[in-house]
Amino acid sequence: MITLSESVQQALLVAALALPLVGALAALLPAPPGLRGAGGPDRDVLRHGVTVTGVVLVATVVLALAFDHDRPGAVQAETDVAWVPAWDVRFHLGVDGISLPLLVLTALLTFLAALYSYVRPPTGEGRPGPRAFVALLLLLETGMLATFAVLDLVLFFLAFETVLVPMYFLIARWGNGSGAERAAAAWKFVLYTVLGSVLMLLGLLLVGVRAGTFDMVALAEAQGSGLTRTTQILAVLAIGFGLAVKTPMWPLHSWLPDAHTAAPTVGSVLLAGVLLKMGTYGLVRIALPVAPEGMRFFAPYLGAFAVVGIIYGSLACLALVRAGAGGDLKRLIAYSSVGHMGFVLLGVATMTHSGVNGALFAGVAHGLITGLLFFLVGAVKERTGSTDIDALAGAAGAGLYGRAPRLGGLLAFAAVASLGLPGLAGFWGELLAMLGAFHPADGLSRPAFLTYLAVAALGTLLTAAYLLLVVRRICMGPVPAAAPVPAGSSAAASDAEARPAPPALPALPDLRGHEYAAFAPLVALTVLAGLWPAVLLHLTDPAVQLLLPGVVR
Amino acid sequence: MNLIQNVDWAALAPPLVTAVAAVVVLVADLFLPAGRKAALAWVTVGGLALALAALAPLWNDDRTTFCLADDPGLCSYSADRFALLVQLLVLGGALLAALLTVPELRGAGEGDRDGLPGGEFWFLLLSSASGAALLPAARDLATLVIALEVTTLPAYALVGLRRGSATGPEAALKFFLSSVTATAVGLLGVSFVYAGAGSLFLSEIAAELPEAAPQLATLAKAGVALTLVGFVFKVAAVPFHFWVPETYQGAPLPVAGYLSVVGKTAGLAGLALVTTGAFPGHGNVWGPPLAVLAGLTMTVGNVAALRVAADGAHSAVRLLAWSSVGQAGYLLVPLAAAGFVEDGGAARDAVGTALAYALMYGAVNLGAFAVLALVVHDRRGTPPAGRRVADFRGLFAERPLAALALAFFLLCLAGLPPGVIGLFAKVAVFRSAVDAGLGVLAVVMALNVAVALVYYLRWTALLFQPAQDPGREPGRPTFAVSTAIALAASVALVLSGAPQLILTFTGGGL
Repeated sequence: MITLSESVQQALLVAALALPLVGALAALLPAPPGLRGAGGPDRDVLRHGVTVTGVVLVATVVLALAFDHDRPGAVQAETDVAWVPAWDVRFHLGVDGISLPLLVLTALLTFLAALYSYVRPPTGEGRPGPRAFVALLLLLETGMLATFAVLDLVLFFLAFETVLVPMYFLIARWGNGSGAERAAAAWKFVLYTVLGSVLMLLGLLLVGVRAGTFDMVALAEAQGSGLTRTTQILAVLAIGFGLAVKTPMWPLHSWLPDAHTAAPTVGSVLLAGVLLKMGTYGLVRIALPVAPEGMRFFAPYLGAFAVVGIIYGSLACLALVRAGAGGDLKRLIAYSSVGHMGFVLLGVATMTHSGVNGALFAGVAHGLITGLLFFLVGAVKERTGSTDIDALAGAAGAGLYGRAPRLGGLLAFAAVASLGLPGLAGFWGELLAMLGAFHPADGLSRPAFLTYLAVAALGTLLTAAYLLLVVRRICMGPVPAAAPVPAGSSAAASDAEARPAPPALPALPDLRGHEYAAFAPLVALTVLAGLWPAVLLHLTDPAVQLLLPGVVR
Repeated sequence: MNLIQNVDWAALAPPLVTAVAAVVVLVADLFLPAGRKAALAWVTVGGLALALAALAPLWNDDRTTFCLADDPGLCSYSADRFALLVQLLVLGGALLAALLTVPELRGAGEGDRDGLPGGEFWFLLLSSASGAALLPAARDLATLVIALEVTTLPAYALVGLRRGSATGPEAALKFFLSSVTATAVGLLGVSFVYAGAGSLFLSEIAAELPEAAPQLATLAKAGVALTLVGFVFKVAAVPFHFWVPETYQGAPLPVAGYLSVVGKTAGLAGLALVTTGAFPGHGNVWGPPLAVLAGLTMTVGNVAALRVAADGAHSAVRLLAWSSVGQAGYLLVPLAAAGFVEDGGAARDAVGTALAYALMYGAVNLGAFAVLALVVHDRRGTPPAGRRVADFRGLFAERPLAALALAFFLLCLAGLPPGVIGLFAKVAVFRSAVDAGLGVLAVVMALNVAVALVYYLRWTALLFQPAQDPGREPGRPTFAVSTAIALAASVALVLSGAPQLILTFTGGGL
């Protein structure tokens, strides 16, 4: 669409990674006199966050526009500098059709998160000021972007680990609930992920030492030649374990609901929207091309775990949405993520073009839709002071349609998108993943995958069931004229973010300007990807074909 | 027979300058009036800096001295890259420890009975440092054992030096008795080895011991195993780790930091010299036990560190003590791996990996001790005196730079970004284990890294919590301690940006 020279593209990509890092350091320093605005240093640092993430977003969008769409399989904007010659670790960056959408998604979600925090500063009793918040958010962005942009196994590990410390602090310091709950959830997140990632490191080292290179491009081209079958199986076991924790794959998912329930809104958005994608991206980018034989060995197991995750996630959500279950809306979305990531894993497990494309598509769609859902739940919580479904639904339904029609409508839209309504983004990924399962790669047991397909299809039904129940309980219902305040008063008191609810009339303010600004891009992209899936598939498909040579479907 | 030796004084300079400085301090202490004793600190720091500077001209050539007159290939002292690196680490570590001691000594001049006696302290520190600097260059077992004893003998005194301390003498006695036992066992091993090989030179032993008469083979193997005991003790590996927490807790803070880095490095260097230098043919004898010890050591150290309660007395020192046991386990992994690889180049890379890890560990661990010293200094007068982990709550609000530095050091020790160099050092150790086919040990270490993360991150998180009593004004940090923190932090930062500087030793650079 626009033409830029290779060196400008390189500079853009490097800048997109370096800016948040520099910005994170700068956020800790006092603002220079020229940038001091009204509102004191807290507003200055939040504005700094918006500026930096905005510039990064612009950089990635320009990069996407300048991307040569005629050869999306090729690595573009490539930088390759020696970093640690002793191990032949190279500072190797680049984007191709697989990483570009994720890169833009990350930059977009981080920018929206920064924007949201500017209007609704993450402050309150017991929470530190926004200075550290912005610094951590920017450090998180560096790690997330780097994960998708690096092409060296050691660098990938470094980037993968970089997100841990910022996310830990975001959950433990700025989260919801009592201090002990937050701390426990943050610990669970860090420990699960670290345990997974050190094992992943062993797998990466095994590959690097045996193959003699850490370069992902070279390793992908080699397609596992030079690695024995045993090495490949061990490597996929170790690497896959680490990535499966992050994705998360059932039964390694139990950190996710706690982390999501405790995380602040922007933390949840980034956790669901980007961090989970790092796991599936790693599977597609590393496990699939580098050790195909090992992957083929584990694919049936991966598929089985994936569909169990789909059913498990849906059933957990159904249990949470029941009246009287005391389910938490954020927890429900977290469990629904387990189900959705099950589709992504199923797509990867088929090892076919359609399956892997579906997995990538479903990943991006999940990032958009679940990001939107968490933003909306944040907005609901801000107004009512609660995310408890029973408290929200009250005796006769929360009636968001009647009390805050735009908010209710948008929530219903996001729920329907999440259940995979054709025409919205959630549909295509799951369809393609199931299509891949219908006819898996040669060498994989077709009956097994047909069974998975049937189970997954049942999962879509259950998904539809609980999401519609959520819509019914939260959005529909009579408008209570002078009913008691729906918000659980104890929950409101314990929560610092809550504002005192009006005593008699629970009229809720509808969407505000900054909320439109934060939600509109996600809604627009959800519709765009749903109506015109080719815009993504044209990017991913050629790259996927390169990753899976010799596969015809 | 030629009786005249030419001594290469330049090659000998690093330990020699340190030893001369020790004597100068001891003599000067006698003649200086009480008010001027503070100058001794700067003599010590200057001597150590001079010894460090003496490393520079030696960097690019392998010099040897004290060679046999009739066989110039056999030398007792070799200033090769390995020796210079260890000397850099131990002298740098001693320098940082000396800087940390300056505020502790300030009370002594004012008639404070609890303070440290200055002159003796500096003399003992410099003597120990000169032994540690001699050790990595020693190329025969006699020099090696003497150097090891020169390193540790002053350390016993350093531990018990504080007047009026109740725990100090007990800690020193514990340290002394267990250490002497280990040395005695090690000496027995050395004598067995001498019986088998007929020489004390490491290279001669390497050549002769596998060729020893068959009836001596068992003796030789026993000698190899017993010799290791003496060195393993100094590294504080399991089961010779019991002295560590009590000793660190009873010792003055800088001495604990000194022991955790310099003492450990000296033991590690000795172990590396003995295993890969003298017994390369007996890898099957020392490799597997070292691997088991490594796994046990890291597990015991990390689990014990995990159980240290944040508000217990001395918990910060105890935590660092146990964490140093855990880190010793990581340090042993590459040495164990060296016993499993076939060719000498790979064994050399494994030793280089251990050294790279030790360099990282030395800088960040002393950095952590330096921040600890700063907090103790701040809190002096209040009863627990800042030696508890709980005293670090809210440090960021009080002293942002020191808190950021400590967070960085702890994350380096944990091996998490932004502590990039800690992560790379861990990756290097993992790599050596994977390279040598020690998969089980690698998995054990992976679990340990996750366990260790808990207590490092718990401490880090504490730094950024709201302060306990926000009204308290921190005093002016002493210049020497600030310098020590800044030095350690800048080393760790530079290495994080350019890990190649130390990782080069893991891949043929040694």
